[in-house]
Amino acid sequence: MSKVKSLADLRKLRDELQTKVSLREKSDHPDKLVQVKVSMATCGIASGAKEVMNHMIEEMDRQAIDAIVTQTGCMGYCYAEPTIEVTLPNSAPVVFGHVDNKKANEIIEKYIIRGELVDGIIPVNYETVKENKNE
Amino acid sequence: MAKYKNHILVCGGTGCRASQGEEIVQNLGKVIEENSLENEVQVVRTGCFGFCEKGPVVKMVPDNTFYVQVTPEDATEIVSEHLVKGRKVERLLYTDPETQERVSESKDMGFYKKQIRIALRNCGFINPENIDEYIARDGYAALGKVLTELTPEEAIKVIIDSGLRGRGGGGFPTGLKWDITRKVEAEQKYVVCNADEGDPGAFMDRSILEGDPHAVLEAMAINGYCTGASKGLIYIRAEYPLAISRLKIAINQAREYGLLGEDIFGTGFSFDVELRYGAGAFVCGEETSLIHSMEGLRGEPTVKPPFPSESGYKGMPTNVNNVETYANIPVIILEGAEWFSSIGTEKSKGTKVFALAGKVNNVGLIEVPMGTSLREVIFDIGGGIKDGKKFKAVQTGGPSGGCLTEKHLDIPIDYDNLLACGSMMGSGGMIVMDEDDCMVSVAKFYLDFTVEESCGKCAPCRIGNKRLYEMLDKLTEGKGTEEDLTLLRNLSNVIKDTSLCGLGQTSPNPVLSTMENFADEYEAHVRHGKCPAGQCKSLMQYVIEAEKCIGCTLCSRVCPVDAITGDKKEPHLISQETCIKCGACYEKCKFGAISIQ
Repeated sequence: MSKVKSLADLRKLRDELQTKVSLREKSDHPDKLVQVKVSMATCGIASGAKEVMNHMIEEMDRQAIDAIVTQTGCMGYCYAEPTIEVTLPNSAPVVFGHVDNKKANEIIEKYIIRGELVDGIIPVNYETVKENKNE
Repeated sequence: MAKYKNHILVCGGTGCRASQGEEIVQNLGKVIEENSLENEVQVVRTGCFGFCEKGPVVKMVPDNTFYVQVTPEDATEIVSEHLVKGRKVERLLYTDPETQERVSESKDMGFYKKQIRIALRNCGFINPENIDEYIARDGYAALGKVLTELTPEEAIKVIIDSGLRGRGGGGFPTGLKWDITRKVEAEQKYVVCNADEGDPGAFMDRSILEGDPHAVLEAMAINGYCTGASKGLIYIRAEYPLAISRLKIAINQAREYGLLGEDIFGTGFSFDVELRYGAGAFVCGEETSLIHSMEGLRGEPTVKPPFPSESGYKGMPTNVNNVETYANIPVIILEGAEWFSSIGTEKSKGTKVFALAGKVNNVGLIEVPMGTSLREVIFDIGGGIKDGKKFKAVQTGGPSGGCLTEKHLDIPIDYDNLLACGSMMGSGGMIVMDEDDCMVSVAKFYLDFTVEESCGKCAPCRIGNKRLYEMLDKLTEGKGTEEDLTLLRNLSNVIKDTSLCGLGQTSPNPVLSTMENFADEYEAHVRHGKCPAGQCKSLMQYVIEAEKCIGCTLCSRVCPVDAITGDKKEPHLISQETCIKCGACYEKCKFGAISIQ
């Protein structure tokens, strides 16, 4: 990647990246790609987020589900670690708490494959500054 | 592929479950089956919505209608009206207390806006190890704007006008601090990030560094431009290995992109950041100690003035800010001072991140606008007290803060209000306590911490705190006298007035605030030799009530020290000399025959 030499470079890069992020959602199989974010701060990892993340990658790979699993920082739901956020194509993100391997299987089987919700959803009860701006 | 058309989300948070949430789920299931809708509608239990005050709450998806204070009997109407006929059940909608209008969408409801994430905007959203995701969220745009469009004075004015105050606890106006550093002339200046988070129970800074390290780097570069510094140092404790590793990755990526280093954005401005590790001494969160520690000296404070802004790291002007303070900067630059100052109270602008811990249901990391009440934080966002117990106190500000009680619950949280109540904002740890917590023991806990962490340089802190601790220990042993209470108060005030740095000047706060707010509890320890919360082991004993004991022998079998004797089917007896007060018998007795006296 070339260096960012000016503010114009940064803006161009941002725009490219933003399309890339939305591209990632659409990908080659627009109606199939699933995005999973695993909350991986120290506390999440201590409660087993790493194992769950690896398990989900393996499991979805085995079932040939087109998915991107990434790590992210603390979502703030310490009482329900490990927490993951699943975004199905054309849907709003859904956060699940207390996700161990068993729960992960349930989420893959019911929510990711069949689109049914699963007990243990954590309702998002905050707004972030960016959403604020777009309102 | 069977896909449900509708979902009914029922809050399964502890508060709502306690008020019949489970019955609601079951009744909804029944009614849905009666209407043969089981293939179209799915009922799901969720985590806490953060609106326990109006619980149990039920949310209908996809239309996002929000019903409050639902009872199990309402299930029929929700299904027949909402699902079958497509009409909202008006009487179950939330009524806005201000406009008296019924609101159906959660997005329009006040509680949804209780949390606004500014400092935590990217935490849990982006991958912290990928600079691209940060840039896609407008990352480094604020640095670009400052470097190309604003003079340092103009940029500092934005920060001053925003009203941002130091989030490390002191609450000094950030813009002003920058301006002081800018005005001092020197060959080399430094920008320091204080990531020496040490309050028990606080983890805001760690979470920001782990979740959004670039935000801190960007803000430090902005600070560097404003104050005329080309070097940034992050003082971080070695106990935060993940934060350190993510910071290192972030620094390398930023250098690779040219966002740190020489000639950033082609403007001729150069800035780079290095890490410095702390060994975990609490006093090093104090800025002069922190600077000494970075210089390789003992982590001991020195008298201010001179302030670090004038003479800091290596004797050069040094601007020290806390992690959370930095995390706010890029947003303020992009969104403007006016926007930021529209949030919060008159003298405390913006939001504050709190680490909510202790005896509260939804332990977590939250960010609320300044001016939110403790009640909203603890009972709505926090979901109330664990196991349905009674709220007793909340400790804010860590070892420098104090305990607030029931009567403080409705006070808007900001720097000045907390100080007026005898506590302080601190870095944002918030520990909730219930009826089982003994306030004398809580004060002793914090003093124990302070004694351990005092650097020993000045006598009031080194000796005074130790004596305070001993007196508190005497009280919890039941050996305290009335005179001790007077001594405690006097000594506390002397330590506050005469200590060298912030650590000693604030360390008696937990004692003074608990003495003020829980005077009766202190008196109970001294006058009656009792601990009302049943926590001080020397002041309590487990006793078997002969009438209730049926002689099942369970208690004598679980007693680890064989202190309980008695024949089968005969009342048992606890030998007070042998008993170690572990409480095992108390927990196991099925007949409530064992009581604490």
